[in-house]
Amino acid sequence: MSDFLPTGIQLTYLVAASLFIFGLKKLGSPATARNGNVIAAVGMLLAIVATMLDQHVLNYEMILLGLAIGSGIGAIAAYKVQMTEMPQMVGLLNGLGGAASALVAVAEFWRLLDSGAPVPLDVNISMLLDVLIGGVTFTGSFLAFAKLQGLISGSPITFPLQQQFNLVLLAAYVTGSIYLIMTPDSLPIFLGVVAVSLVLGVMFVIPIGGGDMPVVISLLNSLSGIAAAAAGFVVMNNMLIIAGALVGASGIILTEIMCKAMNRSLFSVLFSAFGTAGGAGGAAGGAAIDQTVRSIDPEEGAMMLGYARSVVIVPGYGMAVAQAQHSVRELSDQLERMGVDVKYAIHPVAGRMPGHMNVLLAEANVPYTQLYDMDDINPQFEQADVALVIGANDVVNPAARSDTNSPIYGMPILEVDRAKQTIVIKRGMSTGFAGVDNELFYKDKTTMLFGSAKDMVSKLVSEVKQL
Amino acid sequence: MTEALLAALFVFVLASFIGFEVINKVPPTLHTPLMSGSNAISGIAVLGAIVASGARETSVSVILGLIAVVLATVNVVGGFLVTDRMLLMFKKKEIKA
Repeated sequence: MSDFLPTGIQLTYLVAASLFIFGLKKLGSPATARNGNVIAAVGMLLAIVATMLDQHVLNYEMILLGLAIGSGIGAIAAYKVQMTEMPQMVGLLNGLGGAASALVAVAEFWRLLDSGAPVPLDVNISMLLDVLIGGVTFTGSFLAFAKLQGLISGSPITFPLQQQFNLVLLAAYVTGSIYLIMTPDSLPIFLGVVAVSLVLGVMFVIPIGGGDMPVVISLLNSLSGIAAAAAGFVVMNNMLIIAGALVGASGIILTEIMCKAMNRSLFSVLFSAFGTAGGAGGAAGGAAIDQTVRSIDPEEGAMMLGYARSVVIVPGYGMAVAQAQHSVRELSDQLERMGVDVKYAIHPVAGRMPGHMNVLLAEANVPYTQLYDMDDINPQFEQADVALVIGANDVVNPAARSDTNSPIYGMPILEVDRAKQTIVIKRGMSTGFAGVDNELFYKDKTTMLFGSAKDMVSKLVSEVKQL
Repeated sequence: MTEALLAALFVFVLASFIGFEVINKVPPTLHTPLMSGSNAISGIAVLGAIVASGARETSVSVILGLIAVVLATVNVVGGFLVTDRMLLMFKKKEIKA
């Protein structure tokens, strides 16, 4: 009878794990996603309640207080955050999850130290891995947050002997770990290993540029899951292991999708600041510079849009920065009322994290049925009368397809140049993230509307209304 | 103890495969909510934190455990709520104005 409760707890974990999987599955379709999220949350609640019933958990008041404080902070943050700041938010939450996982290992180490019990080898190794992965996730995420928030420069930060410094850190971690496996009760060495792990997290994100943040956020997402799984190995809890593995897998999938969308390998994203090979920019597209662009005013633009049969809108991060998504939605509503077929073409790296642009448009009430992924929309550009590019640059640069010398060659792009006409709304002729000139702007079929995205789109709306 | 470790390894690897299978087909539209939702799930570390702070005593390990409880709960609650907030915005067709 005495093992009735532990069995009940384990069975509850089994239910909770099933709810996680079921919830994640439902997150895969827009119609059921909200339910899926609720189902996963219920699974989490069950798991927490079951754990509170554990016979070893006696410290109810303090734990409930901790849960209440955490819930309060989490709820406030979730309702205050702007949709444009979603990458920062996810980055921060990743970091907290990683920190919590690492703390579990540190607390367990301290408990074993106080009790004087011998530390089993497998627990020891799990603790060391947990501290490393959790620590890297913690500081790496906070640094990514600082870069996205603009607290520190988004450009890669490098200094002399950086790689050597990293190798020394890694060697210190390995040496410390080996020492601890042989002498598990050395507190100073353990704390040293923790410190080294935290510094490694900083060193991991510091050389990565702001443009590569979608990859970094995805990778840290994966790491936060793996850290939780490692914590599961420390306290031998299947629930942590399963949930951590699920998150680890999802993060890795998203990381791979982001890398593919930027035509970069994970290795080059993580280490490109070091290898100066490539030297982006250089002689790229130098021949095209003396060509002229055709600039039009909003009235002309409105005519082209209003009398088109189909329009594809290509939003870029520039649109989000200008907060023009609501005006864009107004424009597309107005066009639809006039019988124009309007679609949105979303490049995978249009925002600052996977799927970010879709969220920003959803916030502006654009129905998700109007949003098309790159692979679905590209064959349709040829039938489109007008492609309207708003604040996007590198992701519509045809050089990625044709110019083998271009640094962005091979990157999958939205093929707006195949549309019958292209209107580009842009502040000026400056280059995009990749720092390359865009030959799209010089094509005969392309016309430019110079101005801020918000102004220009608002003007288009009022001009279209007068047609 | 090694037997328990082996069993745990099996669980870890098989759960990873399930994760890959379930998440592989998620459309790009939902990538951000998927990430914040799975992010909330990674706050499962709260269970480990509860166990770590379970003893009724004032020791370093309990204090660290309680800090971990707070951090992981922010992760869980913030993650699920912000995901819900986002998904609420995803609409099929707007109600005709």
